[in-house]
Amino acid sequence: MKDETPILQVKQLHTHFFSKSGVVKAVDGVNFDIKPGETLGIVGESGSGKSITAMSIMRLIPSPPGKIVNGEVLFKGEDLLKKSEKQMRKIRGKEISMIFQDPMTSLNPVLTVEKQMIETILTHENMNKSQARERAVELMDLVGIPESRNRLKNYPHEFSGGMRQRVMIAMALACNPEVLIADEPTTALDVTIQAQILELLNKLQKELGMAIVMITHDLGVVAEVCDRVMVMYAGKPVEFTEANSLFANPKHPYTWGLMNSIPKITSKKEKLEAIEGAPPDLRALPQGCSFAPRCKHAMEQCLTIDPSITKVEESHHVRCLLYEETEKVIST
Amino acid sequence: MLKYIIRRLAMLIPVLLGVSILAFSLMQLIPGDPARSMLGEKATESQLMQLREEMGLNDPYIVQYGRFLGSVLQGDLGESIKSKEDISVELLNRLPATIELTMFAMILAIVVGILAGVIAAVKQYSWFDNLSMTGALFGVSLPIFWLGLMMIWLFSVKLGILPASGRLSNDVELNTITNFYLLDSILTGNWVAFKDVFTHLLMPGVALGTIPMAIIARMTRSSMLEVMKQDYIRTANAKGLARHLIVFRHALKNAFLPVLTVIGLQFGLLLGGAVLTETIFSWPGVGRYVYLAVLGRDYPVVQGAILIIAIIFVLVNLITDILYKYFDPRISYN
Ligand code: SF4
Repeated sequence: MKDETPILQVKQLHTHFFSKSGVVKAVDGVNFDIKPGETLGIVGESGSGKSITAMSIMRLIPSPPGKIVNGEVLFKGEDLLKKSEKQMRKIRGKEISMIFQDPMTSLNPVLTVEKQMIETILTHENMNKSQARERAVELMDLVGIPESRNRLKNYPHEFSGGMRQRVMIAMALACNPEVLIADEPTTALDVTIQAQILELLNKLQKELGMAIVMITHDLGVVAEVCDRVMVMYAGKPVEFTEANSLFANPKHPYTWGLMNSIPKITSKKEKLEAIEGAPPDLRALPQGCSFAPRCKHAMEQCLTIDPSITKVEESHHVRCLLYEETEKVIST
Repeated sequence: MLKYIIRRLAMLIPVLLGVSILAFSLMQLIPGDPARSMLGEKATESQLMQLREEMGLNDPYIVQYGRFLGSVLQGDLGESIKSKEDISVELLNRLPATIELTMFAMILAIVVGILAGVIAAVKQYSWFDNLSMTGALFGVSLPIFWLGLMMIWLFSVKLGILPASGRLSNDVELNTITNFYLLDSILTGNWVAFKDVFTHLLMPGVALGTIPMAIIARMTRSSMLEVMKQDYIRTANAKGLARHLIVFRHALKNAFLPVLTVIGLQFGLLLGGAVLTETIFSWPGVGRYVYLAVLGRDYPVVQGAILIIAIIFVLVNLITDILYKYFDPRISYN
């Protein structure tokens, strides 16, 4: 049974980028929480703000031009946005760690895997070098890298893509984090390798009990690993619910679009192009619903009224005027 | 790795052969007759003819070159027209002075250049960044001789705190072992001499090192700025590593690769700069020797010096390539 107190709560997060051509509201009012052992999916196209949300939690937004202008990120009840840089360094890689999309570019090409692995351990744990090395071997075994002890001496380019991502995962798990943020961890990999990595993450979560924030553009990944899902569009959550009910009963027109573009497990992965049009310019969002220009179900009021997130069923929230109407109908 | 080094050494042979041809023919092209310069303006035509015959200057070029190469291979660079001294011996005597000066200048350039470049990149657009990069722009465009003369004027003539010429003061004793004076003074524990040698090195070292220092600083800065944007730096940050580890271990080791190329090239140019610097500061090295030889049309000396400098140049290149392997494990030498 899962612990019911959330380990991480994000409240009213607003991260904006200030450029000469205007303010980009990359994340504009994101709320969610995640409990230990749970996997939360954050889904959206590129530019939806899902990665910026992750980077904001880690406080890794390049500043300038980026700035977290509002909100709270409560980790075990403490607001990370109020922590000093020094305090954050103690949390990053130890209590909250992160893996990234492209394991080729995310590992340092000129340092051995061993060096990159044990530096994390030495930074956060009270261990000497040889203890850290033993821990590294343990981690390599944990993520299923054969001949772990020898492989530690290798450089990243001597591993295959899938193995490299395993190295990244091993590194992220080095200090038994309570939250693992996975930013498109399988996007750069082959389909079969994708499945293996997701399976590995599932298995590790069962063994180690950490919460996973899974950031992806791929609803297939969500179906594979997530308990709950937040769908994001133009910096805002548009639908938030249990993974099961998202697939059984998707409510937001944008989610419908995403559903239609799920790649079949047998086919090569493809970008989400089934939805017509491009994501909006975040510097000049249309008045009303941001999705209106691409929405097949847009109504007249969608162009003027910005919908707010509404509870339509038990733990199913949607930001769409279609449902605000029904709400009203129900309430009258 | 060893195989690679051996192969690279073997590849030096044609390069050096080319250099020897160049050194040989260069001197044929330069106006001025060595026979006349030996005998002076008053020599008669028949005396000149006789000397030219003796020196083999009337033989076909190919024969002259063959003779030249033959003796070079035996380590014999001939003797000076002017002083009749053995050129190989003279060059070897002067080489340590030049190597000491260029090493000093290069280490200065590398340490200061890289440090300034790293700080400028990490604190982009700060006052340090602006100041050091403006300084570097200046440094690149300063003529060595002007800088040298200005330093002599200021530190030797006006302030009188640094010696203007030579490697060692006359009243300081030093037992030489390697002829690298800084090293010798350490080996013999002679700290008085160490200080004296160091003060002598300072001005010529700075004069010689300024241009490479400026170039290295600019290269380091731009390379660091590029590297700091890479995904693996984000990863390093996400791991919670300390700032200095991220900058020096993760970023600099990557950013250093293009800088290394520049260092290798600058080393070669430094050897050219040494001629000027040694002349200004009366530094008893190969550069000044060459300068005097050129003035005196002492062409066997110039030839010999060109060869030595070329050998050093290709060796530096070889070392650079080997260091590349150390810094970039992705390079394989097969
Ligand atoms: S509010 Fe209107 S435009 Fe926006 S998603 Fe709903 S129906 Fe479409």
